[in-house]
Amino acid sequence: MSSIDAHLPVLQVVVPLLVAPLVTILRPSGLAWAATTATSFMALMIAVGLTAGALEGDIQRYEVGAWAAPYGIELAVDSFGALLLLILTGASTFALLAGKASLDQQIESGRQPLFFSAWLLVLAGLAGILVSADAFNIFVFMEISSLASYVLIAGGPDRRALPAVFKYLMMGTIGATFYLIGIGLIYMMTGTLNLADIQVRLVDVAGLRPVVVAIGFITVGLGLKAAVFPLHVWLPNAYNFAPHAATVLLAACAAKVSLYVLLTFDFVVLQPVLPEHDPHFGAFLMPLAVLGILAASAVALFEPNLKRLLAFSSVAQIGYILLGASMVSLPGVTASLMHMFNHALAKGALFLAVMCLATRLPSLELDDLAGAAKRMPWTMAAFVVGGLSLIGIPGTAGFTSKWYLISASLEVGGAGGWLLIGVIVTGSLMAVVYIWRVVEAAWFRVPLAEPTEVREAPALMLSVTWLAAAANVYFGLSPWLQTTLASNGARMLLGEAP
Amino acid sequence: MRPETGILLALCVPLVGALLIGLAGRVGPNLRETMTLATATTLIAVVWNLLPEIFAGERPGVTVTEVLPGISIAFQLEPLGMMFACLASGLWLINSIYSIGYMRGNREQHQTRFYVMFSVSLAATMGIALAANLFTLFLFYEMLTLATYPLVAHKGDQATVRSARVYLGVLIVASIGLLLPAVIWTYVLAGTGDFTPGGILAGKIDGPLVGLLLALFVFGAAKAAVMPMHLWLPAAMVAPTPVSALLHAVAVVKAGVFVITKIIVYVFGIDFLFAVPSSGWLTYAAAFTIIAASVVALRQQNLKRLLAYSTIGQLSYIVLASATLKPLAEVGATVHMVAHAFGKITLFFAAGAIYTASKKTELAQLRGIGQRMPWTMAAFTIGALSMIGVPPTGGFVSKWYILAGAFQANNYLVLATIIASTALNAAYFLPIIYMAWFGRDRTPAGQEHGEAPFAAVLALTVTAFLTLAFFAFNQPLVELESQLVSPVPTVMQGN
Repeated sequence: MSSIDAHLPVLQVVVPLLVAPLVTILRPSGLAWAATTATSFMALMIAVGLTAGALEGDIQRYEVGAWAAPYGIELAVDSFGALLLLILTGASTFALLAGKASLDQQIESGRQPLFFSAWLLVLAGLAGILVSADAFNIFVFMEISSLASYVLIAGGPDRRALPAVFKYLMMGTIGATFYLIGIGLIYMMTGTLNLADIQVRLVDVAGLRPVVVAIGFITVGLGLKAAVFPLHVWLPNAYNFAPHAATVLLAACAAKVSLYVLLTFDFVVLQPVLPEHDPHFGAFLMPLAVLGILAASAVALFEPNLKRLLAFSSVAQIGYILLGASMVSLPGVTASLMHMFNHALAKGALFLAVMCLATRLPSLELDDLAGAAKRMPWTMAAFVVGGLSLIGIPGTAGFTSKWYLISASLEVGGAGGWLLIGVIVTGSLMAVVYIWRVVEAAWFRVPLAEPTEVREAPALMLSVTWLAAAANVYFGLSPWLQTTLASNGARMLLGEAP
Repeated sequence: MRPETGILLALCVPLVGALLIGLAGRVGPNLRETMTLATATTLIAVVWNLLPEIFAGERPGVTVTEVLPGISIAFQLEPLGMMFACLASGLWLINSIYSIGYMRGNREQHQTRFYVMFSVSLAATMGIALAANLFTLFLFYEMLTLATYPLVAHKGDQATVRSARVYLGVLIVASIGLLLPAVIWTYVLAGTGDFTPGGILAGKIDGPLVGLLLALFVFGAAKAAVMPMHLWLPAAMVAPTPVSALLHAVAVVKAGVFVITKIIVYVFGIDFLFAVPSSGWLTYAAAFTIIAASVVALRQQNLKRLLAYSTIGQLSYIVLASATLKPLAEVGATVHMVAHAFGKITLFFAAGAIYTASKKTELAQLRGIGQRMPWTMAAFTIGALSMIGVPPTGGFVSKWYILAGAFQANNYLVLATIIASTALNAAYFLPIIYMAWFGRDRTPAGQEHGEAPFAAVLALTVTAFLTLAFFAFNQPLVELESQLVSPVPTVMQGN
C-alpha cells in the first residue's frame, strides 16, 4: 500500500468537509458548482480506491491521530461500506454533473454557493457514517448529514418543501435521538463506543434489560431514518419537493446509509452476542418489509405525480432490501446488499430522467407528461431503461437482485418461502404497472395544450442520464462488481470467512 | 465461417439491421425497405449456413459472458432451435415483402419505427432459438415481449393502447410471475440451467412438485397461449396484419411453444416426465384449449379474431404433442411448428390482403370475394385446408406424426382430441371457403376492388406454395428433428 492509500478512509470525509466552507465564498455560482462537482468527483475517486482495496478482501482500518482503538477514533471500510461509498459518491457526482441547468432554474444564483456547501456537508456526513467504526461518531455524522439535507430539501423554489422538511426534521430528530438513547444505554453497560469493542464487552451483559431496550431504541430509530414502512411518512414529500438534483442524491443513498448502520449494528455487533437475535430480527423486520413492498407499491399505482410515484416506489424498494436481510442467510443478505446497489442505479437513472423532464415540462403530474415522448424521445428512452431495471427485466441491474432474492426465498423453503416469492413477484408486477402508466402517458396520451417548448433536455444533463441508464445495462449483463462486494459484505456481516 | 461466428452473427445482423433501417428511414422509404430486405436476406444466409453443421450432428456453442456464477449468456445449436431460427428468418424475408405492400397500401404512420422494431423482434427470436440455457432463453423471451409492444400498439389510438396493455400485461405478469420463479427454481434444484439431452432434473425433484414446476413453465410461457393464458392473442390482433402474420402466427407464439417443448425435452427429459404421474395434467389442459378455442372460433364474426382463436387451438396441438412424451410425438410437435407457420402466415397474409384491397374485416363481407381476389382466396383455401389437416398440405404431415406418437403412448385422449378438433376446424373454415367462392358478391357499387398490391399477393402465393410443398418435402426436417429424441424413430421413414 502506498502512503496515500492508507489515508483514504479519512480523506473520504475530510475532503468534502474542508471544501464545504470554502464553497460559500466562491462567486459566481458557476465556480461554486465547479468546485463542488470537482470535490464530489475526487470523493468518487477515493471511493473507487477504497473499493479496489475492498475487492482484495481486506478491511481498511485507520486510526485517527494515530490513537489506537478503542481509545482513539477508528475508521474502517469493508466491502459493504465500500459498496455504499461508491453509491453515495457516484450519485452525488452524477447529480451535480447533470444538475447544473436544473439547479440554475430552481435556485437563484446568489444562494447557490450555500446550497452547494450544504451538499458537500451531506456528502461528508454520509461518508462519515460509512467509514466510522464507532457508534458515537456515527451519530455525529448522522446529525451533520441530516441537518445539511434539510437545507438541501428546503433549498428549492417550492414553498411546500418547508412543511415537508419540517416533518422530516421532526421524524429525523426523533430517529437520531432514539439512536442516541440506544448507544447511551449500551455505553452505560459496556463503557465503550467502538463497535468491535462493544461486541467483545457485550458478551458479559448480553441478556440484561438495558441492552434489550437499547437494541429496541436503535432499531426503531434507524428504521425511522431509513424510512422503513410504516415509519416512511416523511419520505415521499421530502423527495418530491426537494430540488430535482438533490432528489437524485437522496433517493440513491440517504435511506440506504441508515440501513447500513442498522445492518452493521445488528449483524456485526449484536448477532454474535445475543443467542435469540436472529429469530427476533427476522420476525420483527420481515413483516414490515412485506407490508412495505405491497403497501407502498399499491400507493404508487394510483399516484398522479411522477416524483411522488417514484418516492413511494423507493419505500417499496427499501422493503426488498430489508426482506433479504431479514432472511438472515448468506443468499438473503447478499441479495439485500446487491439490491442497495442496483436500486441506486435504477432510481438514480429514473430521477435523472425526471430532472430532464422537469427542465422542459410545466409540472411532473402525469397529465402534463402527455406526449412528452414525442418531444423528448431520448429522455423517455432513458426513463424506460431505468424503469425496466426497477421492474427487474433481465439484462438490467435490477434483475440480478431479483434473481438473488428469489433464490434466497427458495432456500428458505416451505410455504413461507413461496409466500415470499409471491410478494417479490407481486411487487415487481406492480412496478410494471406504475412504470407503464408513465410510459403510456408519455407516448400515447394526447397533450391537452400545444407544448410551448419542443426540445430535448440540455446535452450534458441528457448524456449523464444516459450514462446512468447504460450503467443499468452494463451492471445487468456483467454484475461482477456488486456481486463481489455484496457477497463479501454479507459474509463479513454474518461472521463467515470471506 | 466458423459456426460460433455464425451464431453471433445471427444475433447481430438483425440488431445492426435495425440501426441501419432507422438511419435509412431518414433518407427515404425506398432505401429503408431495401435495407430491411437486405437484412432479412443476410440473416437467412447466416442462419441457413449453419445447417450443415447440425445435420452432421455437431452441436457448436459459444458462451458470451458469465453474468452470475454458473449463470451465463450462452448459445448453442441444436435441432429444435435450428428449425425455429430457419423458420423465423425464412419467413421474415417473405413477410418483409408483404409488409411493403401492406404498409404502403394502407398508408400507415410511423413506418420506420415499424421496420426497426420488427428487426429487433427478430433478433430476440434468434436469441430464443439459439439459447443454450434457461437464463439466456428468459432474457430474450422478455426482450421479444418488449420489442413487440410498439408493434402491437402501432396505431396509437385509445382502443389500440388498451389492447396493447392487455398484451403486455398478460405476457409480463406470466413471465415474471410464473416463468421467472420456475427458471430460478430449476437453477436452485439442478445447479444449472443448461439444455442437456435427457434433461437435468431427473432425481432432483419428485412427486407433485414436478407437476407444479411444469405448470409454472407452461403458464409462465404465456406466448404459447394455453388457456387461460390465451387472452393476449385476440387482443394483439389490433396490430397491423404483417405483425399478426409473422409475430402472432410464427415468431412470438412459436417462441411460447418452443419454450415448452424445449423445456420438456431438454430440462425435464421426456422419459423422466413420462414416469412422473403429476405431469399428466398438461395433456388435459392442452386438449381443453384445443377444443375450447375451436368452439370459440366457430362463433367469431371477425376474420382476424377467428384466425387468432384458430392459432390458440393450433398452438395447443404442439403443446399436446410435446406432452404426449413419446419420440414420434415430439417430432410431430416440431413438424407442426413449421406446418402451422406456413399455413397460418398464409391465412393472415390473405386477411391483410383483403383488408388492404377492400377494407373488409368481417366474415359476412367475404361473400363472393373469390372472384375479385382469386389469388388471395386460393392461398387462403390452401392455408385453411392445412389447418384442417387435409392432404396434400403440410398440416397433414404433422397430424400424422402426432397421431403416431399418441399410439406409441397409448394415449386415446390425444387421439380423440385431434379427431374432434379436425371436425371443428372444418366446421369453421369450410363455410368461409364455400361462401367466398360460391356466394353472391354484394360489394356496394363504387367500392369495387381487385387484388391487393403485388408485393402482398406475391408473398401469400409463396407461403401457400410452401404449405403445399411441405407435404412432399418434409424429409430433411423430420430427419433433423429425429435427433431430438432417442431412440431415433425409424417407423415412419417411408412417409
